[in-house]
Amino acid sequence: MSGATFLFWVFALGAGGSAIAVVLSQNVVRMALWLILSLGSAAGLFFLLGADFVGATQLLIYVGGTLVLLIFGVMLTASGPFLSLKTNPGEVVLSGVIGCLLLGLILSSTGAVAWDTLPSAKHQDPAGFTPADEGSTLRPLGMSFLGLRPDKDLAGRGNAQVRGGRLSTGYLLPFEIVSVHLLVVLVGAAYLARAKRRKDEVAGE
Amino acid sequence: MTGLLAADTIAEFLAGYVGEASGYGLTALIHAVIIIQFFAVAPLFYIWLERKVAGRIQDRLGPTRVGGKFGWLQTLADGIKLIQKEDLCPGAADGMLFRLSPYLVFVASFGAFLVLPWSDGWVAQNLDVGVFFMLAVMSLEVIGVVFAGYSSGSKWSLFGGMREAAQVVSYEIPMAMCALVPVIVAGTLNMVDVSRMQSGWFTNWFLFHNPFCFVAFWVYFTVATASVKRAPFDLAEAESELVAGFHTEYSGIRWSYFFMAEYASMFAVSGIATALFLGGWYTGIAPIDEGILVSLREVGGSPSPGVTSVGNYLANLVGMVVFITKGCLLVFLQIWVRWTLPRLRIDQVMQTCLKYLLPISCVLFVGVSVWPLLLNSCLGRTTVLPGEALGNKVPRARVHAVAPRTSAVFERDSNMIVADRAGGGRP
Repeated sequence: MSGATFLFWVFALGAGGSAIAVVLSQNVVRMALWLILSLGSAAGLFFLLGADFVGATQLLIYVGGTLVLLIFGVMLTASGPFLSLKTNPGEVVLSGVIGCLLLGLILSSTGAVAWDTLPSAKHQDPAGFTPADEGSTLRPLGMSFLGLRPDKDLAGRGNAQVRGGRLSTGYLLPFEIVSVHLLVVLVGAAYLARAKRRKDEVAGE
Repeated sequence: MTGLLAADTIAEFLAGYVGEASGYGLTALIHAVIIIQFFAVAPLFYIWLERKVAGRIQDRLGPTRVGGKFGWLQTLADGIKLIQKEDLCPGAADGMLFRLSPYLVFVASFGAFLVLPWSDGWVAQNLDVGVFFMLAVMSLEVIGVVFAGYSSGSKWSLFGGMREAAQVVSYEIPMAMCALVPVIVAGTLNMVDVSRMQSGWFTNWFLFHNPFCFVAFWVYFTVATASVKRAPFDLAEAESELVAGFHTEYSGIRWSYFFMAEYASMFAVSGIATALFLGGWYTGIAPIDEGILVSLREVGGSPSPGVTSVGNYLANLVGMVVFITKGCLLVFLQIWVRWTLPRLRIDQVMQTCLKYLLPISCVLFVGVSVWPLLLNSCLGRTTVLPGEALGNKVPRARVHAVAPRTSAVFERDSNMIVADRAGGGRP
């Protein structure tokens, strides 16, 4: 077993095992801890695939950002010293069924892909390890966010004709839609969380 | 092309003896052990330095007895004492989280050292997104601190943890924006490349590249001091208000992990500042960097920095000493500030960040983007001082390394297009 395969199993078991522990744990803050381990292991898998940017983003946004907010929320809303969650059996059954359906969906779609025949499979380093001095995902990703897809548009000569003279647009539009969506969420959160004063108090000031 | 990394050369060297898989593992082990050495020894020195500097500033002597005249074994003696102390866990605490959180802080702080460029080619992982990775990993430290505060079952700890969370989450934003200012100048997030672009006289350092970078360095330094919870921003500990803040209930070796992580993080943020603003491993004196050290590299082999030879090794060693010296000077500055300035209140800390540092860093960010355009329209070039283009200082090996992979992508896509054509009616 190569080093990369070993690390893959470590991270994969870490991600899967911690995810199960999130579900089985009763204490909310411990759940957060297991979630950190699970998301951190997923980041490790990204690093292993040479997707440094995605891995670091996963760490920064999910582990460093979202989970800190989650812990904040738990701390600010907990009534007792160590808050624990009790789920009733109906919820367990319902979420179990939905979870199993999702798992089945993912497994069937991964099984439907003929991995051997994918053209990219033979170009990838089988160990999943890229030389560390090679740019991995950053440049193509950054250009895609700016709306440029040189990997598509420059593929072969006269390819623009194949696509009817149109260039690929990249991810600029989805990126902007997501940012506007986040802006709406922020404004909404600020509106909901604003200090509620009655009108007479404001008038009295 | 030659490998640009110690990693590549060590891995190739070992793979010749023990096979590829074991070589991979051994290389990782060697890197980790070397970094752990620095990670453990640097705090020993910094804690001693802190006590001496604090003593001098307060007109005392500081430690004088353990290990001779200067008390330089004081920290080691303290360390031995800490290992012997009982590892306490309060009855009201959440045992698992309480025991685990020092390690979380430790790991997060250690991870940042993976991409720190010690010298030309001496970096554990030469990531293309080095700066981003470092900021991302260092932001994880707060989770350990919050867990420590929460799980201790003590009001002081909880207050410390909450303050830390509020402070670090706010200060992350200006810190990242200030780190982006030199990144915009360099056009890369790779810490080795950013350092390489600052070779030559010290006027080439990004600190002096343009006025926005100059201001960004000081803002970054302020914000970095806050993000490693050092005075005047040490609200998470605040010994005059909160006993000891988030680590009130800790004792023994777990307590010392928090301190190792804190002092190592001080060096890590100083290391980012050194690589981004202060010329990394370059001395800043062109005759030394481009004369003596380059000729030293030619001793016993090729002058390329990646090749393992005696001359390269010595030149890299000099570079590493320069890098660590610069980092230590910044750490000294942090210690100096700590014992000079009074602690802010928590609302003042937040106000400093959100009302002053954040807008300032936004202005710097926009300013540094507009600066080259402004200069280009006034002077006809994009830098104040005439000189070599920054990109020319970075070796071109990277482009050659990428080429086969990129062509593979092209080939794949053209295959797909051919398939699309063959498929005919498919959308």
